Amino acid sequence: MGATGLATAPAGGKRRAPRGRLLRPARTFEQANRRLKWAMLAPALLFVGLMIVFPLVFTANLSLTDAFGAVNAGKEHVGLTNFTDALGDTRRFWPAVSRTVVFTVGAVLLETVLGLALAMLLRRPFRGIRWVRTVLIVPLLATPVAIGILWLLILDPTNGIANHLLASVGLPRQEFLGSVGQSLPTLMLIDVWQWTPMMTLLLLAGLTTLPDEPEEAALVDGAGAWQRFRYVTLPMLAPTLATALVLRAVDALKTFDLLYATKGAGGGSDFEVETLNVYAYGLTFDYQEYGLASAVLVLFTLFIIGVVILMRRRGGGKNA
Amino acid sequence: MSTNSRLLSRRSFGRLAVAGAAAAGGAMTLGACAPGGGKPTSGTPLRIMAINHVWSQAVKRRLGEFEDLVGRRVSMTLLTADQLSSSYNVKLNASGTDVDVMMVRALQEQLLFAHNDWLVDLTDRVEGDREFAWQDFQEAPREASASAGRVLSVPVVTERPVLYYRKDLVAGLGGVPRTLDALMSAALEAADRGRGRYGFVGRGQRSGAVSQWSSFLYSHGGDFVVDGASGIGSRQAIAAYEYYGRLLGRTGPPGATNMSLEQAMPIFAQGKAAFYIDADAIYSSFLDPEVATQQVRESVGFAPFPAGPAGARPHNIPSWSLGINKFSLLRDDAWQFIRWAAGVAQSRKLQAEGIPGARASVWEDPQTLEKFPPELAQAMRTNAGRGLGYDRPRVLQVGRARDIIGRPLVAAVLGEPVRPVARDAHAEFTDFLVRDNRHKES
Repeated sequence: MGATGLATAPAGGKRRAPRGRLLRPARTFEQANRRLKWAMLAPALLFVGLMIVFPLVFTANLSLTDAFGAVNAGKEHVGLTNFTDALGDTRRFWPAVSRTVVFTVGAVLLETVLGLALAMLLRRPFRGIRWVRTVLIVPLLATPVAIGILWLLILDPTNGIANHLLASVGLPRQEFLGSVGQSLPTLMLIDVWQWTPMMTLLLLAGLTTLPDEPEEAALVDGAGAWQRFRYVTLPMLAPTLATALVLRAVDALKTFDLLYATKGAGGGSDFEVETLNVYAYGLTFDYQEYGLASAVLVLFTLFIIGVVILMRRRGGGKNA
Repeated sequence: MSTNSRLLSRRSFGRLAVAGAAAAGGAMTLGACAPGGGKPTSGTPLRIMAINHVWSQAVKRRLGEFEDLVGRRVSMTLLTADQLSSSYNVKLNASGTDVDVMMVRALQEQLLFAHNDWLVDLTDRVEGDREFAWQDFQEAPREASASAGRVLSVPVVTERPVLYYRKDLVAGLGGVPRTLDALMSAALEAADRGRGRYGFVGRGQRSGAVSQWSSFLYSHGGDFVVDGASGIGSRQAIAAYEYYGRLLGRTGPPGATNMSLEQAMPIFAQGKAAFYIDADAIYSSFLDPEVATQQVRESVGFAPFPAGPAGARPHNIPSWSLGINKFSLLRDDAWQFIRWAAGVAQSRKLQAEGIPGARASVWEDPQTLEKFPPELAQAMRTNAGRGLGYDRPRVLQVGRARDIIGRPLVAAVLGEPVRPVARDAHAEFTDFLVRDNRHKES
């Protein structure tokens, strides 16, 4: 390597930097540029390291210990015991997994169908479309906790307005969030109410980018409205649909605030809305079982990664 | 530069990941090397974290008086019980110095905090200060403030369960119930659920209901733990479960298993229930025009906890106490605050405002009870005399214990057979106690 450093290194050859090179003054533009690259990246790297890498590594390490009471208290490595304990727990862990899946699949499916229908309606301009779009995003603006409290008041079995409305049209009163059986479906519907607009907006954005020609050609060929939607619009929209599904499914899997605000710790009296997230929170803050909680969180993370990989493979591959 | 060269290669990604981890490690190391918050200066405020409660609000209004006394600015943060508990977990796990005085629930968190060594031992301070008069605190709250012989907190708010009733409705139901049997009969008679009128309302949430149910358990002759073993599968405990389930499930409002204080109290305040058992500390809600209807304000009555087969055995607990963070840099000033806020003079003033405290001498002073309705003051004194000093099992993991104990309670309220659930919960609680004892010894 010549005196000019990297600038004179043979093209395509391995370029090994001598120690302390980064601290020496730059001699060439390329050298300065390379150092600047790292300097510009440093804040982002620090952020990623502190906020993502470190917590992940720390949690993974904690999941292999019997940490209890305090994270910084003495603890022993127990291998995979926490994982086997969690996976063998049929009272809380597996029902929580099942509820997480039911909540996510049910809510996201409904949101997708309704979101797509609304997006198709809003695709063509009509009088008052601006108002409709504004009203549509209102639920997105509120925080989930505020929404939880709002619906808790509306659906209160004794004093809520929902039961007054039902009674006024002769329908039987419902317990809604006060019932063990009705709580999860009710919360899924609240989630649908809040997040369908986001699906609509995402899909509407996808629809506006589609070319008109294929649909016009299908129209000329005599295809009906359903056939045009099923065989022309939907396949062209598939990449956007897959992206929207992945985004929304990951978000729905992680739902916590709405469930906690409406049903409290443990997801209700019979753990009726206790999802994996709520369960992990309870293990951490109510039971102080940090080792087991970390194992559940590691399993939950792997579960989310698995879902994303599965959805990407099924719904559009690299485009999703 | 080609397009390919712009893309992040696997090797570059690896470098980035390593650099990210190294950056985090470096930052953590620097953080660890930094002194623990530095030395406090005269400008460092004394930080108090407290529950959003009438006691804390009253103390916050008087903070100027204490600031003049101690010559230091005081910052007081008020949170809900759950937020407070989570904040302590996060701050103290990080050995945080940004809280000095901690308002804690002696029966909920104190044992765990003592196990974690998060609270300052106050024994010498409380016992060595004659003016503070530690022996003046009621015996049950005083005992609950100590763990393994060390005083870790000072009780400032106490509570007992009281029977709230509607005088206008009770007149036709045979008078104020003095026994649990009489309460059941009157509640069944008063209930007309189809028309939205309920005989009894109370907490029904799995975990939240356990503390109020404890008085029913004791009055049936049971206890959470008997001779170190689970007591929730006993004949007495099952009778208490079945009683409470019948009372709330058959005469209470729909959705009872989702009801904690926040849901149950408004139902009584709006005149929809004849009876309600909950903490005496919330009585002012039923005299408040913004919460209670005029009919309830004019007709609410207060009675001691009714007697069960084993007599009337309500709890009398320190619901909120003050402790000092082990990592605090202002321990002396924190103690000065506790000494001031829980001292005789301040306790007298606060109780005279209708906030029940823990000092025996203050309870004996009739002037401090003038703010309470006479019937309530009498009921509180009666309950205090009969009361047991705990309303939940005294274990490290109170949250998990309450979840186990609450399961048969929920089954009872839902009208399901209690015995099989209680048997299952008993077995689970037995295992739990073994593990909890192991944790205590570790």
